[in-house]
Amino acid sequence: MRNARQAPALLMALTALVALFMIAPIALSVVAGLVNNYSVGLKSGLTLRWLGEVWENYGGTVGWSLVLALLCVLGNLLLGVPCAYALARSRSRWARLFEELLTLPVAVPGLASALALILAYGQLSGFRQSFAFILVGHMVFTLPFMVRTVGSAFQKNELRSLEEAARSLGASFAQRFLGVLVPAVLPAIVAGSLMVFTLSVGEFNLTWMLHTPLTRTLPVGLADSYASMRIEIGSAYTLVFLIVILPMLWGLQAIGTFIEKHHGT
Amino acid sequence: MGHGGSAPSRPVLLACAAPAVAFFAAFWLLPVALLLALPAAKGWDTYFAVLTHARYLQSLLQTLGLSLAVTLATLVLGALVGITLARQRFHVRALLLSLLTLPLSFPGVIVGFFMILLGGRQGLVADLSEALGAGRTTFAYGLTGLFLAYLYFSLPRAIATYTAAAGSMDAQLEEAARSLGASRWRVARDVWVPELAATTLACGAIVFATAMGAFGTAFTLSAKFEVLPITIYNEFTNYANFALAASLSITLGLITWMVLWVSRRVSGTTAF
Repeated sequence: MRNARQAPALLMALTALVALFMIAPIALSVVAGLVNNYSVGLKSGLTLRWLGEVWENYGGTVGWSLVLALLCVLGNLLLGVPCAYALARSRSRWARLFEELLTLPVAVPGLASALALILAYGQLSGFRQSFAFILVGHMVFTLPFMVRTVGSAFQKNELRSLEEAARSLGASFAQRFLGVLVPAVLPAIVAGSLMVFTLSVGEFNLTWMLHTPLTRTLPVGLADSYASMRIEIGSAYTLVFLIVILPMLWGLQAIGTFIEKHHGT
Repeated sequence: MGHGGSAPSRPVLLACAAPAVAFFAAFWLLPVALLLALPAAKGWDTYFAVLTHARYLQSLLQTLGLSLAVTLATLVLGALVGITLARQRFHVRALLLSLLTLPLSFPGVIVGFFMILLGGRQGLVADLSEALGAGRTTFAYGLTGLFLAYLYFSLPRAIATYTAAAGSMDAQLEEAARSLGASRWRVARDVWVPELAATTLACGAIVFATAMGAFGTAFTLSAKFEVLPITIYNEFTNYANFALAASLSITLGLITWMVLWVSRRVSGTTAF
């Protein structure tokens, strides 16, 4: 008897084909970054030489990307979380308008936002030539993700009564916010932070326009190495992204799931 | 006040929102207002350059065509793979799903490089086709390369979305249809398509918008097939034609924003 929930063989074959298309380039790039000579192939032997060369030339971009992503999360926590609360509790038309505007940088291509930032602040050379310029771009782009994620958690009805209870017990707003509200929406804050971190680490469309030769991030360095270097170097650099960034994202994801489990409502 | 007992006072809410409002106004609203005003300095017709200059119009139409084709292909493949993964119970399913959604965190430049590895001058396909005696085939830098690259970074989102949506689909409806003698195609048309319509609309809108604005991938492939983000980049950096770059950015921004806005209005769900 045929199981109705079983997918037909044709669909299974298609899934396998799509999986091959998605995974083959990753495998190809890993191999290409570890062989001595790509045009000769595996016969030329394996080496860590290219990885070493990438680390020498571009190692700094890894650290800067991570620092930027962390600062971006921090900025989002300071600006985004209180803002999410205000938007969740306010019923004014201005709040709705601001919420709408806030999501525009996600809808508008990064290139346009970057051009706008350069037009407005490109002349301030101290700012323009610092990592703060890129950070500002990343924050504008990621803020809506944090505000949305945390805002929907703040809107829960149980939270309103919890807040009311704390208030009737005489807690000040600061006590209520930090002692009751923030712990209650912690899983959402963690989820939002993860999203912001991931987006910031991989952001290229804005960053390429905003960077200077002294302020390069990992994706900017990747584009640079792809354009001007051997295929082995590009692959090794991609490998660095896969080795350094992906395990970190997985680790953070695991922490997020853990907090959700032990702290979730 | 009339906000009910638990509503915090207005000054408190204002103080909570103020830092974000100030930041957003300074670093997005003001810059974008300047960007919107810039083409006017060169004359009002600069705003319509994309319609009046054949080169820009062609770039826009190519970008629209490519994005539409990629969106359609992504939705069809994503839905089929998503439905398969949602109902198939094999061992490596979770691993496969996480591998397939892995590229969600890749920057677009990496995806461009992947296409060079597949279809570039030293690429896998070139080696294979040479071994088969068909000469060295390259496709990375043309329309095919761009299409496949866009498909590569769009598919993970569609697969993840459809797997989740198909997993929560009402199985009883399908059982009922089957027991009434409906064929596979009837089930697909009358049960799956309506149930997945909202997902399709929201996912299609975000895939289309992402494809329209994708810069890193096209930049890495330095494609012969010019898309609007590359045109904007060239006008800005190579020709220092700021007003024109601004005008083209406005066009691109308006299109993507409108697509996302309409999908949100119609389906009631947020695309991101």
